[in-house]
Amino acid sequence: MRRFYDTDLATPLMLGTAQYPSPAILDRAFRESGASVATVSLRREGAGGAGQSFWSMIRELGVRVLPNTAGCHTVKEAVTTAHMAREVFDTPWIKLELIGHTDSLQPDVFQLVEAARILTEDGFQVFPYTTEDLIVGERLLSAGCEVLMPWGAPIGSGRGLANEYALRAMRAEFPDTPLVVDAGIGLPSHAARAMELGFDAVLLNTAVARAGDPVAMARAMALAVQAGQLAHQADPIEPRDMAEASTPVIGKAFLT
Amino acid sequence: MTPYSVIGAGVAGLTVATELARRGAHVQVYDPAGGPGAQGCSWWAGGMLAPWCEYENAEEPVLRLGQQAIGWWADHTKVTRNGTLVVAAKRDLPDLRRFARRTEGFTETTEISRLEPDLIRFDRGLFFEHEAHLDPRQALADLQTGLRDKGVQIHPQKAPKDAPNPIDCRGLAARDALPDLRGVKGEMLMIRAPDVALTRPVRLLHPRIPLYVVPRGDGIYMLGATMIESEDRGRITARSMLELLSAAYALIPAFGEAEILEIGVDLRPAFPDNLPRIQRRNGVTYANGLYRHGYLLAPALAQGVADLLLDGKQSELCDEDCP
Repeated sequence: MRRFYDTDLATPLMLGTAQYPSPAILDRAFRESGASVATVSLRREGAGGAGQSFWSMIRELGVRVLPNTAGCHTVKEAVTTAHMAREVFDTPWIKLELIGHTDSLQPDVFQLVEAARILTEDGFQVFPYTTEDLIVGERLLSAGCEVLMPWGAPIGSGRGLANEYALRAMRAEFPDTPLVVDAGIGLPSHAARAMELGFDAVLLNTAVARAGDPVAMARAMALAVQAGQLAHQADPIEPRDMAEASTPVIGKAFLT
Repeated sequence: MTPYSVIGAGVAGLTVATELARRGAHVQVYDPAGGPGAQGCSWWAGGMLAPWCEYENAEEPVLRLGQQAIGWWADHTKVTRNGTLVVAAKRDLPDLRRFARRTEGFTETTEISRLEPDLIRFDRGLFFEHEAHLDPRQALADLQTGLRDKGVQIHPQKAPKDAPNPIDCRGLAARDALPDLRGVKGEMLMIRAPDVALTRPVRLLHPRIPLYVVPRGDGIYMLGATMIESEDRGRITARSMLELLSAAYALIPAFGEAEILEIGVDLRPAFPDNLPRIQRRNGVTYANGLYRHGYLLAPALAQGVADLLLDGKQSELCDEDCP
């Protein structure tokens, strides 16, 4: 299994902590999901200890915390937020999110590469939220990233893997880099598909938090990533055009 | 007769005092501020009595207990029973469908402009006809008057140490005794838009920036409210204000001409399940955790306190360890 900055993840599911009906439901959803990583967004309103109540609940989930820079539109904002996150959660991990477009929440990959370089030089271990573009991926790796997190589809859209061909190409292009499908997952089948393609983990939030029953959906996602991961490891058969009988037909009496 | 001391004169304290007095108990209220005001989050509430809508993102007790609130409040203040209208922009129709799946008690309508002629940009929505709204500040004033008429005094001071049978209704200030209480930041605006004539609360669904508008009469509207896991009660951020106003402008362009009368920022007291609770610790009864459902659930909370103290009955809002 590929390692995330020298860390092995117990399960290939990273779960976000936003938008749940209540912290109590968030807590139960996490337990059901078996997620090994909790992502949490740091807004400026939380600065100076104002977000402590919520953050201590996140710490009490007992899973590795991956703070993110959600909502940042500039390198400067993202770098400031990353520093705040490192102080609050005492971790070098940072999910770097640089929003380039308000409606699609598409990452601004130019600023992303720049911020990744600054943060890596400063000792951060960066998890960049990026597109499926291979060249951007290369630039992020040269900037010091050791993980890539391409989108499946725009954040919160629940559309699944919008460009599966490109994700497949990315897996082939970066065979040694841990890859995480981040954003766009709406259903367990989407998460399973990402794992079947050989991705190392799936990161999702809205699909669970905004489901009618977040706890049940969390369980469904846990089963899905496990199924997809097992399937990938099991070396699935190739699809083919014609039927291939699983039992031989020669010698069977067919004129009875 | 056993005297009771209610600590805190926000919506929780005043409803608890009202309910106890209504059942004939002898009550005193203590609040250093002397009464409700801008120092408490009930001052900044929307005042929507919208249990069916709130069920979209809340647990079942909110739907059931909230329905009792409309009648309770109608006995004590002016309640406008005109329903709630929920709309979404065309591109956000999945959010409207989700809202419909997650709630009940509505009819789907394509006659938005018949219900609210100012809503010309929307051609479908959900109409929750049994919902109601009130003016929170008027409601608090009416409760005060009602208490005064029953001889209940609101003492402008902290409760004395030996106050008999204390009932702590201090909201977030009670976290010194209730460690799992947290504050959830909310920001709101009061605006005057005399050209807009809404007759009922309107909710605009949006994946990132949901908005509700509550008419207060005389062309005054309350726009609310953000929900942020932060305990900074300082000031509104530029982003929150931009989002609230942009959403209001998207709802009705004439809101662009409105005057901004007030900016409210405060913290809602909430337990981890976002439901209110009655607890007993060292001889003190605590009634707290109304979260964003102050006016919606305060009557059920007050009845639960009165049931417990006067009749020894455990309401479902009582903690399991409530003696």
